[in-house]
Amino acid sequence: MIKTIEVDKLTKKFGSFTAVDNISFSVSSGEILGLLGANGAGKTTTIKMLCGLLAPTSGKIKVAGYNAYLQAEQIRTRIGYMSQKFSLYNDLTVWENIHFFGGVYGLWGKQLKLRAEALIDDFEMRPFMNLTVQSLPPGWRQRIALAVSLVHNPPIILLDEPTSGVDPIARRMFWETIHQISANGTTALVTTHYIDEAEYCNNVLVMVDGKLVAAGQPNELKSLYNSTTMDDVFLSLARNENTKI
Amino acid sequence: MSYIEISNLSKSYGKIKALNNVNINVDAGELFGLIGPDGAGKSTLIRIVTTLLLPDSGYVNVLGYNTREDYKKIRGEIGYMPAVFSLYSDLTVQENLDFFAGVFGATVAENYNLIRGVYHMLEPFKNRPAGKLSGGMKQKLALSCALIHRPKVLILDEPTTGVDAVSRRELWELLYDIKHQGITIFVSTAYMDEAKQCDRVALIQKGRVLGVNSPHGFAQMFPHKLYDVYADGIWSFLDKIRALDTCKSAYMFGSNLHYVSTDDAETTETLTNKLHQIGLSGDVDIKQINAGIEDYFIRQLTENAELS
Repeated sequence: MIKTIEVDKLTKKFGSFTAVDNISFSVSSGEILGLLGANGAGKTTTIKMLCGLLAPTSGKIKVAGYNAYLQAEQIRTRIGYMSQKFSLYNDLTVWENIHFFGGVYGLWGKQLKLRAEALIDDFEMRPFMNLTVQSLPPGWRQRIALAVSLVHNPPIILLDEPTSGVDPIARRMFWETIHQISANGTTALVTTHYIDEAEYCNNVLVMVDGKLVAAGQPNELKSLYNSTTMDDVFLSLARNENTKI
Repeated sequence: MSYIEISNLSKSYGKIKALNNVNINVDAGELFGLIGPDGAGKSTLIRIVTTLLLPDSGYVNVLGYNTREDYKKIRGEIGYMPAVFSLYSDLTVQENLDFFAGVFGATVAENYNLIRGVYHMLEPFKNRPAGKLSGGMKQKLALSCALIHRPKVLILDEPTTGVDAVSRRELWELLYDIKHQGITIFVSTAYMDEAKQCDRVALIQKGRVLGVNSPHGFAQMFPHKLYDVYADGIWSFLDKIRALDTCKSAYMFGSNLHYVSTDDAETTETLTNKLHQIGLSGDVDIKQINAGIEDYFIRQLTENAELS
């Protein structure tokens, strides 16, 4: 398996506060990895470093073969980002959103046209490609946001709480699509504090107070911590470490 | 006695039917959950129950009072925690609490016992402006302010949205304590997994109630045999599994698959054989399970295609 993300002894300090504390992990191509943690556990800081938006205090990060902070430009064109909350322009049509974001990522002319057409077909968006995003139901908006995050064919996508608040069928359609995409080799990194989203990942990492406290498949972690749900696994980890709450 | 009686309630915004003939009764002493995705109509329903919005048709009675005519009486008897933080950011923790107690003609001292479980974590910060609290602390203050006049009914609109798993669990523990002090609770959430924390639950989608029951009761309403299947590489077989002759529906459930069988004679053996026949090799771990609330919701959504 090719490693698309390699993180080695990564640390980030803000003054005397250690936001990310000596974490190491790697992600293979086609893997769906969940990054879990309570507010303040260090998830966002980790993601920012992976995207090259923040310099590590120490440690190494390689994303798609590039050094995350020194080669940030190369990395940004290889990452797609999708959040359920704010990734589309609501007053633009589906077609306009795809073309706008394609342009932002440097696609143009025939190349952009072909890519946009392929996405419209793959995601079955043709019937409403000329409607504004705000006129569509939430489940579809989320699907379009995913399509848009893939416009530049990135090898890695970051999903930030992608299905919180959607109905159970729309959620499953979304995760089936993610599994299809990952079967084609795209790596997905999911950050969430909704543990039910974690159940759909191949592997999960749990962060508490900047440290990596658990890593493995959801089923492995459940049996390791003698729990029936990931929620219980997470709570037992978070509460043990976090006795100050 | 019904503390909240919602009868044939409808409300439209222009062409959009936000609530479509909703009927729900919440009994005294219950912890009642209103569960549905974003856009289902939860906040509209809660605004009508809290007398902030008038319905187009139907009615709501709270503690026997009608929300249209007797709204003033209702407002004095309920506590309401809206989805967005609505306290005074420039007042301190203590000032907010005193203010809300004063508005309802109560004092912090007389009802301190009721809020102690929530408020004791805030007390060290009582001189801090509310706007400068962390998200979890703001929420605890909002809950304290909603309770300080000892309401008979506490109504919370999506208190766990945007809250991390640890604070979410704490909040539910606080709600239990409040319930055990005799306060009826009506709470909305988009998270199915929170249903099991409630005495009874109403499932809502596109303005319609799809069922009201106890979390356990939904399992008994599920009319088919349900199997939980775990096997490596099962996702690439999804199309073939859905084409099986006994397959009512098959869908992801975390790392596992839930298989709903149309055949009452189905067993784990017959299903294992079918899966092997379509080419699924290696260990297949199958067990028959009771439906959960999410299985029931999925079934209702697929049976009523116009809802999904």
